[in-house]
Amino acid sequence: MDALMQFVFSGVTVGAVYALVALGFTIIYNASDVVNFAQGEFVMLGGMITVFAHLAGLPLPLAALGAILATAALGVALNRLAIEPARGAPVVSVIIITIGASILIRGAAQLIFDKQLHGLPAFSGDDPIRVMGATILPQSLWVIGGALAVFVGLWAFFTRTLTGKAVLATSNNRTAAQLVGINTGWVMTLAFGLSAAIGALAGVLVTPITLVSYDVGVGLALKGFAAAMLGGMGNPKGALAGGILLGLFEALTAGYVSSHYKEAVAFIVILGVLFAMPQGLFGRAGTERV
Amino acid sequence: MRPSAKWTQLLILFLLIALLPLFFPSGYYFRVGALIFVNGLAVIGIVILTGYAGQISLGHAGFAGIGAYASALAPGHLGLHPLLAVVLGALVSAAVAWLVGRPILRLKGYYLAVASLGFGILVAMVLGNERALTGGPDGMAVPDPGLRDLLKDLGLKLTGGEFWYWCCGLCLLIGAWAALNLQASPTGRALRALHGSEVAARTVGIDVARLKLQAFTISAVYASVAGSLLAMQNRFITPDVAGFMHSIEMVTMAVLGGVGSVIGAIFGAVILTLLPQVLTVFADYEQMVLGAVMILVMIFLPEGLIPSLARKLRGRGE
Repeated sequence: MDALMQFVFSGVTVGAVYALVALGFTIIYNASDVVNFAQGEFVMLGGMITVFAHLAGLPLPLAALGAILATAALGVALNRLAIEPARGAPVVSVIIITIGASILIRGAAQLIFDKQLHGLPAFSGDDPIRVMGATILPQSLWVIGGALAVFVGLWAFFTRTLTGKAVLATSNNRTAAQLVGINTGWVMTLAFGLSAAIGALAGVLVTPITLVSYDVGVGLALKGFAAAMLGGMGNPKGALAGGILLGLFEALTAGYVSSHYKEAVAFIVILGVLFAMPQGLFGRAGTERV
Repeated sequence: MRPSAKWTQLLILFLLIALLPLFFPSGYYFRVGALIFVNGLAVIGIVILTGYAGQISLGHAGFAGIGAYASALAPGHLGLHPLLAVVLGALVSAAVAWLVGRPILRLKGYYLAVASLGFGILVAMVLGNERALTGGPDGMAVPDPGLRDLLKDLGLKLTGGEFWYWCCGLCLLIGAWAALNLQASPTGRALRALHGSEVAARTVGIDVARLKLQAFTISAVYASVAGSLLAMQNRFITPDVAGFMHSIEMVTMAVLGGVGSVIGAIFGAVILTLLPQVLTVFADYEQMVLGAVMILVMIFLPEGLIPSLARKLRGRGE
């Protein structure tokens, strides 16, 4: 029982990170129907920039804020320089562009920073908290709390604010959105900036636990995507639930089946979901227009 | 496509393969050439799947992995001749593609991309984790097919590099010939109809599901044979051959050169294979350059280099 609780805690912690990546996917997907394979690089940048700004002497909160803002700016630049110019291109082209961006960012990070693993001090100490016979790190609570806060914020944004509804309208039909006076260019800027900022936040929160290096992005992007798909693409509720579920599956597999195949879980989940219910847990069925 | 266009393309390819060695200053270039041909062969598979049928796969390196490890394992464990091992690898790849393709190909766009990606990564993971059989992430040695010794007995002495250059060049020609034939066949026309509009293709009586599955299976065989050739010429193989980056490389090569055209896609393989060789001096910048090239070509030459350039050369006549 204690072991189970321990696996659940670690699963939910990792799952919260996947959820944050998946939420980032969701925002961009909602605004533009683009799946951004560079999403994981935002997480990496959040962690790396914070680490190096902190090493340079900035206090941790300031370093983290700087990292999030810088990554958001990069997200906006990615949209302006690489996604917008290729609007209307086939899905393969857009996939290649975002993967190209991910390789470019990774290459630059390796050059600007280094190839080492880096950590950050935990925000509220390293003393484990005992809960129900198992222990959880205070930093895990930060990660889980961060995912919940971002989720609630996004939910309110998309359902309660005019700007959020403008984002949804843009994803539904860009031309119609323009016709009713929505500045779709600005909506895209907002979506990419917000998505990158959320990714960077995930990087800042999780670095004290899992460390960060220039190449952590690819794995996170794939896991985040698996989570988003599990929950149903484009649905923030689905992203959160999908992330946590995926984290739990992984932790339980590592604990009870085989730690070698822990990494395989995400992809088995993807394949299973796509075969059994391609719309995910919270998605809606779609039809193709000729 | 007009028959003459097919033979023109094959002739250009043949002349390039046959005449380039005249300009090679050292044996090293034969190795690079052989690598280009192997990549070109895999990329032709992508042309059939993506260029003809309009389906995406981000997991084709999985099939290259199956082919490579068939070449590495079958001679020792099953006592097969290395050439039969290549055939076995191709058969296994085709069977796996047929089984995996049935459910996967119902999906479209991003969903198909991610499902195939998941498949590729699972193959790489199995190859990396089953240490007892595959040697794990450290890789394993691959037996030599012994063809070079056979040629030596016949009085034809080739260095290892030269032998694989001609061997892979021949395979590439055969692969290109088969793909161009397919394009000109009724199946090829049906595939392009499917590419244009799946619904429309179905309404004119094309069995869409079966056709997609055929394209997927054929392209898997291309990737598998390419994987086998790579393993045999390097005499060593690691699970990276089935990895995510290798899948991405394949698709990028195809899209870079022009995914709708066999010659174009092979040209893409030439560029992306040469890039790291040229950039060895700037090894630190290799990834950045690769990423930038991917983005720029997709934005400015969305059809790929060769078709875009061909259109420019022909002017507005087409």
